[in-house]
Amino acid sequence: MTQPNRLSGGLIDRTRLLVFRFNGQVMQGYQGDTLASALLANGRRLVGRSFKYHRPRGIFSAGPEEPNALIQLRKGPETEPNTRDTVTELFDGLEAASQNHRGPLDWDLLAVNDWLAPFLSAGFYYKTFMWPRAFWERLYEPVIRASAGLGRLSGEPDPDIYDHGFLHCDILVIGAGPAGLSAALAAGRTGARVILADEDFRLGGRLNSETYEVGGLPGPDWAQAAEAELATLENVRLLPRTTVYGVFDHGTYGALERKTDHLARADGKPRQILWRIHAKRAILCAGATERSIAFADNDRPGVMLAGAVRAYANRFGVAPGRRVAIFTNNADGLRTADDLKAQGVEIAGVFDTRDDAIVTGTQGRKGLKSITLKSGRRVRADCLAVSGGWSPNLHLTCHLRGRPVWRDDIAAFVPGPDLPGGMTVAGAANGALALHAALTQGRTAANAAAKDLGFTPSRKQAPKASDEPIEIKPFWHVKGTRRAWVDLQNDVTTKDVHQSHQEGFRSVEHLKRYTTLGMATDQGKTANVLGLAILAEASGKTIAETGTTIFRPPYTPAPIGAFAGRARGKDFRPTRLTPSHKWAAENGASFAETGAWLRAEWYTRGGEKGWRDSVDREALAVRGAVGICDVSTLGKIDIQGRDAADFLDRVYANPFLKLPVGRVRYGLMLREDGFVYDDGTTARLSPTHYVMTTTTANAVLVFRELEFARQCLWPDLDVHLISVTDAWAQYAVAGPKSRDLLSGAVDDLDLSNDAFPFMACASCTVFGGTPARLFRISFSGELAYEIAVPSRYGDAMIRALMQAGAKFGATPYGVEALSVLRIEKGHAAGGELTGQTTARQLGLGGMVSGKKDAIGTVLSRRPEMTQDGDLRLMGFRPVDRAATLNAGAHFLTPGDPADLNHDQGWMTSVAWSPTFGHSIGLGILKNGAARIGETVRAYDPIRGKDTPVEVVSPHFHDPEGAIQRG
Amino acid sequence: MIIHHPLLGPRDAAEFTVRGVAGLIDRPDGLADGAADAFQDYLHLRDNPAGVHAELWYHEHGDRSWLVVTRNTVTHEVLKVELARDVARAQGRSR
Repeated sequence: MTQPNRLSGGLIDRTRLLVFRFNGQVMQGYQGDTLASALLANGRRLVGRSFKYHRPRGIFSAGPEEPNALIQLRKGPETEPNTRDTVTELFDGLEAASQNHRGPLDWDLLAVNDWLAPFLSAGFYYKTFMWPRAFWERLYEPVIRASAGLGRLSGEPDPDIYDHGFLHCDILVIGAGPAGLSAALAAGRTGARVILADEDFRLGGRLNSETYEVGGLPGPDWAQAAEAELATLENVRLLPRTTVYGVFDHGTYGALERKTDHLARADGKPRQILWRIHAKRAILCAGATERSIAFADNDRPGVMLAGAVRAYANRFGVAPGRRVAIFTNNADGLRTADDLKAQGVEIAGVFDTRDDAIVTGTQGRKGLKSITLKSGRRVRADCLAVSGGWSPNLHLTCHLRGRPVWRDDIAAFVPGPDLPGGMTVAGAANGALALHAALTQGRTAANAAAKDLGFTPSRKQAPKASDEPIEIKPFWHVKGTRRAWVDLQNDVTTKDVHQSHQEGFRSVEHLKRYTTLGMATDQGKTANVLGLAILAEASGKTIAETGTTIFRPPYTPAPIGAFAGRARGKDFRPTRLTPSHKWAAENGASFAETGAWLRAEWYTRGGEKGWRDSVDREALAVRGAVGICDVSTLGKIDIQGRDAADFLDRVYANPFLKLPVGRVRYGLMLREDGFVYDDGTTARLSPTHYVMTTTTANAVLVFRELEFARQCLWPDLDVHLISVTDAWAQYAVAGPKSRDLLSGAVDDLDLSNDAFPFMACASCTVFGGTPARLFRISFSGELAYEIAVPSRYGDAMIRALMQAGAKFGATPYGVEALSVLRIEKGHAAGGELTGQTTARQLGLGGMVSGKKDAIGTVLSRRPEMTQDGDLRLMGFRPVDRAATLNAGAHFLTPGDPADLNHDQGWMTSVAWSPTFGHSIGLGILKNGAARIGETVRAYDPIRGKDTPVEVVSPHFHDPEGAIQRG
Repeated sequence: MIIHHPLLGPRDAAEFTVRGVAGLIDRPDGLADGAADAFQDYLHLRDNPAGVHAELWYHEHGDRSWLVVTRNTVTHEVLKVELARDVARAQGRSR
């Protein structure tokens, strides 16, 4: 339980000891550690196995670029695969396990892949598992899947909460290193609204990992002072632990804030928040990422980036090794030796390629033991710090297809001129790899952005800092026969890059896809430039000529749970409940989803064995006495204005100009292509006031169409629309006793047939003064009404109606009985209004006015619409009355073969009719009107049925309509 | 994507539904000669330019205005946003 590699100093809190487990082993660290620094402090070097060859791997970096140290964090349903040790903040009780090995980490059985490496080069899978074809699904894929991949999902629902939020600012500063802090200070001092986001839990960036001085203070102290000043500014919002992962159109930035990831328990708080940040300007200060040099066996645990070695020594007070060697192609590497010596770590040697001191190989199976030099000399070392130069973190500049450009002087790609709108880049991300330049660029960029937005820049200068020019001489790889790694996470070697070139995959885009270079979860942050350089060398081109692939969001992995937010399970979309939902639930209703609505399907009564019992009882109650159905979900549109009648006449295919006040008319709506779109009723309440109903399904769409017609087609018609679907609770009261029931409910309104005939409507009051609207319309074919009250009275209304109706046998009925009744009556509904049927086919052809120009009327008359073999909506009943019917069956003339050429139509809706005591169906039949009395086959090969049916009128119940007019 | 609504200022695209080419405003006269052909063209013949494109967007989760948004389909730059009603009137549509 000791920490053998812990040094003195560092930005950790030694008073707060944290206990954690790695692969079951108990270890200790301090507040301020990452899991990676704590593992190194405990002397743990082997932390995982590589993706393809299962090579032993150790911690390689100290930041988000980590390719090796991926772990399975936490246990049970909260487990999170492929988490980088290097950005996992240590907390008390943390549990982590290594990934991608079979058996213990130290003795991975799949390490055999490493011995098979000569056979597993780039393109191996593409070339090998082509044949025999049948083996792919049965053998190859299961075996490959079982041995590949990284961490594992829990397979259980994620118990954590994820939230979404919106933020707005004038200037978004991305990254809180020296450039970012300098930019945020300058921008904040102008009074502009500033957001400063950084992925780390401690602001300061590289200042925390280096031993620089800024403005006379040690770097971390200056960063802390800058943070303190920013915290006092009300116009500045600090977002630590927040990764800006993507740039989207028009100044929209995606950011992921880790709220409680660093705590043992979230305690009901969101774990992460996905922010959508709208920023007028953005300054990218994302710093730079160090890259490696490819040489033989450069992937052993203990081989690390030099900047990471300094980070562990300076920031975390941890020695990554007892005896450290340094291999570099630039001046930056030498800092490592100085910093380590200051911490008392032994230096095995500094090998600089500019002096032709070159490391050609390494030894040590599970951790570095020694290195070999070009001279043949072996040097004992348990850690090798490698620096191949720094690559600016320009990822976000590419998200809107910006192209980086190559700069020879720093041997790196820098952001090109085609930046996302409103974005500037400062500091190391912009290629300013020296401290003073970064501080100055941050300030300059912020002041320019602020001035651009009308703020007055402060004259305060950026702090002084020593500036060390970057001296780098490109050196990419050491030639040799053993494998030298380029992309550690996807196990891509220099040999693979050369092979790709030899086999003709010579563009960078092909190289990437053929070798999978840069396609792992780290997106090749430490590997891409190295791979390009080797490809360029192989093809005899410069890197600038070779070009680079670009980046897509996210910058670092973002969990799908964060994108889902709270929209999952039943909260995936809102659930709409009608005003009397509670009453329905109390009365035995079961509910069906209809779009977002829950509608009562039927109300179960004692002794009923199945849904059919309930539905039959409800339908018969309507035919025999009175039933009440909640129809509040129908779309309702309030239409007002001097030209309202004219407007309705143009959006309905049938005439509407002459509808009198106090009357309702059925309206048929077409699409502009002439097919039937929707139907409903429209009531005229006053000369300038109408109420339209639409089907439940099309309520939103019809409203959208009407607004389109009103604003875009006839902009000067005096007409206004409001959707009032949610404003009214509406009930169908249907059956021979409906008038008796409503007479006891409606105040002062004569409901006699003369005073209030079929298709009448009125505004009225009910139950002693509650405002209501009464419509005498019938979907069931019975004497029937629909009564509407403002939504807030819906619950009271249904209870009062049921009470008033008790003596008449009032029965609530659901949408299933509603459907049975409308099929008996032969009304078209969802099964018929499919968007592929015409008014003629539905038997409504006579309604389409030939005299006016309404939506769809012109194309409803085109010849193609009538050359359909006279398809007509008809009724069907089984010849054997005991047989049942199925919607979707196709009609065939008896004796004809069952093929498409002999297809006669199809069944659209079916029901068991309690009124008639047998099954009935509606369907569309060729030449249907002339075939009444004929027997056809209802052929349903999917259900294995072939049922002789008789063609009848679609109006089974009361075809003359006398009952509903009574 | 941000749409600068002429009445409400900058709004997120998530508040809108899109309908397609703004030429749909130019509905033919159904009572004129050749109306059937004119409607076929109106409904089915659309330009699909890589570049500047005028489109109809509906502020469904907002004030229900139909807008004509002129934008570049390559760069996603929004060049102009107008009330569709104003555009329709400017094209001579009235009642």
